[in-house]
Amino acid sequence: MGKVAIIGVGQSTFVRKYPGSIKELAFEGFREAMNDAQATAKNIDASIVCSAPEYDKQRSPAGVFAEYLGLNPQPTFYVESLCSSSSTGLRLAYSMVKSGLHDMIAVVGFQKMSEITSAESQERMGRGADIQWESPFGTMMPAYYAMYARAHMEKYGTKPEDLAAIRVKAATYGQINEKAVYRKPVTMEMFSDPENIMGRPVASPLRVGDACANADGSSCLIVASEEKAKEFSKKPVWILGLGAATTTVNLAGRDLFSGLTAARQAGEQAYKMAGVTPKDIDVAEVHDCFTIAEMMAYENLGFAEPGGGKELIQSKETYKEGSIPVNVDGGLLSKGHPIGATGGSQIRTIVHQLRDEAGDIQVKNPEIGLIHNIGGVGLYGNVTILGR
Amino acid sequence: MGTKKDVDDRFKKFGTVSFTSISKINDFISHLEEGKVMTTKCTECGFVFFPPRADCSHCLSSSMEWNEITGTGKLVTFSTLQFAPVGFEDDLPYSIALLDYGDYKVFGRIAGDVPDDEIKIGMEMTTAVNTLSNGQLNYVFQKA
Repeated sequence: MGKVAIIGVGQSTFVRKYPGSIKELAFEGFREAMNDAQATAKNIDASIVCSAPEYDKQRSPAGVFAEYLGLNPQPTFYVESLCSSSSTGLRLAYSMVKSGLHDMIAVVGFQKMSEITSAESQERMGRGADIQWESPFGTMMPAYYAMYARAHMEKYGTKPEDLAAIRVKAATYGQINEKAVYRKPVTMEMFSDPENIMGRPVASPLRVGDACANADGSSCLIVASEEKAKEFSKKPVWILGLGAATTTVNLAGRDLFSGLTAARQAGEQAYKMAGVTPKDIDVAEVHDCFTIAEMMAYENLGFAEPGGGKELIQSKETYKEGSIPVNVDGGLLSKGHPIGATGGSQIRTIVHQLRDEAGDIQVKNPEIGLIHNIGGVGLYGNVTILGR
Repeated sequence: MGTKKDVDDRFKKFGTVSFTSISKINDFISHLEEGKVMTTKCTECGFVFFPPRADCSHCLSSSMEWNEITGTGKLVTFSTLQFAPVGFEDDLPYSIALLDYGDYKVFGRIAGDVPDDEIKIGMEMTTAVNTLSNGQLNYVFQKA
């Protein structure tokens, strides 16, 4: 069996309220990826659409997109794993190409979070967990990650300032990412200024500045067989390793609260499949839905020992010039987090890096890149390793 | 024409806002009304579950017995919310938490009368039934 490559990547600009329909939003990411791959719709023999459906008014968006993107009569499939939907889509595309069933697949991720009202969105947020046993207590995503932050602080002495430093890094790069929703700088001082919203508590110990920006957006990846990749692309980026794991929804079923077991297990699988170790990773995108999530990712992926994440950020080793650059596109924190589009956007950044086409955020000569994409509160963990 | 069959929707009483009304473990609510927070235990393989389950994921049996949660558990972690989802605003501020009983853990809220500065990871707490201001039932963790 041949290798599988990503030959085209695209994303829309991530915005607060997209002035168009979901299919028009999806079209933006798709067009950029198709232009990038220099492919036409007839080259694509299947599509995979990825999102969290509770934000949509449209039932079964995959069929609607297949029409709008010009992909009839090819089959289309819909996948969902919350915030990790589009890296799950990549895993399925890899399997479908590797099996020989298809040879070029478009993985389209999207979310138009503004499709529903703010009140409807708040109501859905309350149901983002075990609705029978957790939601009736009034849970929210920030509070769950706050429980991990509290446990991490207790076990390792991590400080709120260590988390704020991750937000400051994200904003450094969000400012220069034209597709980011949050383009403003963030300083440590903003967290300690009582007049500034950044330091306002949301769910202790997490503050407003620890949370990512909601956004509408789309992403697209064109996945191809080795033969098609060589035919279409001068710089194919190869899928070297894939890892995927789950854990219990209800926190009561878990044993670790200073890290995410699904992320660690997915990482181990991906490293093994790719035949590499954490030291071989030249650039990474991790799922920083909250600052604590990036801190735990450093440790779960082996960039730092458990508890060593705070030294990694304080020594700026995860900045562009550091030993392991992480989220130098602004991450979810500044670029924004349109749930179903996020994984594809992270993958797009790493593909650009490996092709030496990342512009102002280009890391020096990277050969191997890693993407860590998490669904729910560590419920779904996907780790992808790419190489040039 | 038969008479209208009663629907067992007891679970709608659970929590400030319940998102579930019909479940095979609705007896949990009747136990709450009697002041007891219960686990289920598989009578085939002996595995204890919290939250309670109707079906055993270890041996696939559906034969369960109810047992009351007694004694103390250790506080694993917690968070105090300053913002709440729709329907929970009147409860603010409140703390959600996880208690470790050894064989199982319990996810819930810390009792509103426990001062914030007395909440510490590792502290021993008990689980007690609580009636909310809107008449709904849940359970909370109290200082042991």
